[in-house]
Amino acid sequence: MTHQFPALTPEQKKALSGIAQRIVAPGKGILAADESVGTMGSRLQRIKVENTEENRRAFREILFSSDASINQSIGGVIFFHETLYQKDSSGKPFPDVIKDKGIVVGIKLDKGTAPLAGTNGETTIQGLDGLAECCAQYKKDGADFGKWRAVLKITDTTPSTLAIQENANTLARYASICQQHGLVPIVEPEILPDGDHDLQRCQYVTEKVLAAVYKALNDHHVYLEGTLLKPNMVTAGHFCPKKYTPQEVAMATVTALHRTVPAAVPGICFLSGGQSEEEASLNLSAINQCPLPKPWKLTFSYGRALQASALAAWSGKPENKKATQEAFCKRAQINGLASKGQYIVSGKSDAAAKQSLFTASYTY
Amino acid sequence: MTHQYPALSAEQKKELSDIALRIVAPGKGILAADESVGSMAKRLNQIGVENTEENRRLYRQILFSADNRVKKCIGGVIFFHETMYQQGDDGTPFVSMIKDKGIVVGIKVDKGVVPLAGTDGETTTQGLDGLSERCAQYKKDGADFAKWRCVLKISENTPSALAIMENANVLARYASICQQNGIVPIVEPEILPDGDHDLKRCQYVTEKVLAAVYKALSDHHIYLEGTLLKPNMVTPGHACPTKYSAEEIAMATVTALRRTVPPAVPGVTFLSGGQSEEEASINLNAINNCPLARPWALTFSYGRALQASALNAWRGQRENESCATDAFMKRAEVNSLAALGKYEGNGDDSGATGQSLYVANHAY
Repeated sequence: MTHQFPALTPEQKKALSGIAQRIVAPGKGILAADESVGTMGSRLQRIKVENTEENRRAFREILFSSDASINQSIGGVIFFHETLYQKDSSGKPFPDVIKDKGIVVGIKLDKGTAPLAGTNGETTIQGLDGLAECCAQYKKDGADFGKWRAVLKITDTTPSTLAIQENANTLARYASICQQHGLVPIVEPEILPDGDHDLQRCQYVTEKVLAAVYKALNDHHVYLEGTLLKPNMVTAGHFCPKKYTPQEVAMATVTALHRTVPAAVPGICFLSGGQSEEEASLNLSAINQCPLPKPWKLTFSYGRALQASALAAWSGKPENKKATQEAFCKRAQINGLASKGQYIVSGKSDAAAKQSLFTASYTY
Repeated sequence: MTHQYPALSAEQKKELSDIALRIVAPGKGILAADESVGSMAKRLNQIGVENTEENRRLYRQILFSADNRVKKCIGGVIFFHETMYQQGDDGTPFVSMIKDKGIVVGIKVDKGVVPLAGTDGETTTQGLDGLSERCAQYKKDGADFAKWRCVLKISENTPSALAIMENANVLARYASICQQNGIVPIVEPEILPDGDHDLKRCQYVTEKVLAAVYKALSDHHIYLEGTLLKPNMVTPGHACPTKYSAEEIAMATVTALRRTVPPAVPGVTFLSGGQSEEEASINLNAINNCPLARPWALTFSYGRALQASALNAWRGQRENESCATDAFMKRAEVNSLAALGKYEGNGDDSGATGQSLYVANHAY
């Protein structure tokens, strides 16, 4: 603990921090288009489209060929491995299509969950083997950031100390390896919304998990200014009987982050979890209006919450391309506004209604 | 780690957070007047004054008799146990004299350092036994905050992992007990300036120490909004041959804090260590002009750096009392300006020339 053996040169630090700032530039967030083959299967099944490589390519092409002005709302796109090496109809590699719009290319790096024996169904994440070589190759092939998703769940007995500590540690190892290869690591410690726990319980667990994550990042000598955080918002469990407003979700979320995420982290890009498109946008906007000090950008890294309408509009038919793009661009713009706290749904008596809910009796 | 057993009620949290905010209100800092009997011996010896209880009382009276101008500069005064129960010449308890000026009263509660066997001369701090009862009593007697000093040092082999962990843990236990008794804990993990290490080494060690401190505070369920941090500034060792500007010290200090201190902490009140009065003010001013975003108040908790001139002016003579009070008042006003980033310095043109030094090469 006494001597520094610098992990990165000043030039490496500057490059990483520059990439991170570009991704979370004001009004911008991330399109998480990194659904694995299996996950795309679930999405396509719902719109009755066959899960073939060509269909996956076609859908991503529609999104990626949206008008270049999408770059005002989208700072980064996360790719799945297969997609990084696919091309559009004119033969242009997808990473180039994205980069030509001034958007940063990212790549999912983890290899899914693996069980932690002796726990109540908890998991860690695999993918560290050969990760350095993978990162080096992806960097050559156009990626500038990586994503790695760790998963925790809330029940009566979880998350356990082991699960928190083990997932924090693998996130830190992944982050360290990424930075060595010029990739900005997005650190994603997702706490699932499954369960009937209330808002306060989620806030408590989120604070413990994030404290462990940042201690691990510090222990592993990770350069925080060259990272991004992708956490869950603090919400009640799906089956919680009590309903909470976006303002309550916002206050709980920002309070938790406030207590755990150092100001050096340039941006926090929320996952949408099981939220609907509208819910995810309203919550993000409320978060950006929360009166607590917010020294990091607070934006989105949405998968379903950016693509649900687009998928429905497409339904696998090429003639629906324009409608698909419109649906996608609309959500992108709305979330861009939300990331500046400017997405207000008209018809609600905003200012007054919002104000009263900030002074809720529930102790944060 | 799964269920919360709330340590504090909503009312307790509000009380603690209000106290902390009052202490570090804009332009205010702390007078550390908590020198133990042994430390006062050294101070008084240097001005040829005998270390008696009466002399210590007369000396503190000089500080506490400052006129109402002091209200704008001093948010809190840290007392030593003996001083809490002393009075002015007219019989007014010192605690009342301070509270009547709207200044918060604090109390040193640690019982000094003890060796950590098996280390290279490292220590931990004692004082946890019966701490709860002592806090309850001090709270009744007028104290609203407390201070506990841990000490770490930089050498070839130190600070060791054990020293960092043990001191962080003991600070967290102390903080927990304080908060249970309505007392805001000032957390002081001092890394001594002794040695010939450079600025970068101090920054590295400071980051490791503070990360450990905040992990321990999280583990012990401490309410961060009701605490204050009293760290060293990041400086080179006393015997380091390289000289650094105030701007370099400021940049290293703020960078270290941004990477480790959650925004929920309301204020950081620096110790002055071995710095001269002017040095401590210039450095604090540079810190408050640092171009990085700073989500906490950055102010002073100075002992020697507020009192050196006053002690010298007094030299134990009653006829010098008013002069000595003025000398103290002057440093208080200077540091108040520094806490707002508005101190122009002693007539040398540190204002203009300072600006260019922010772009130093040293990679933080």
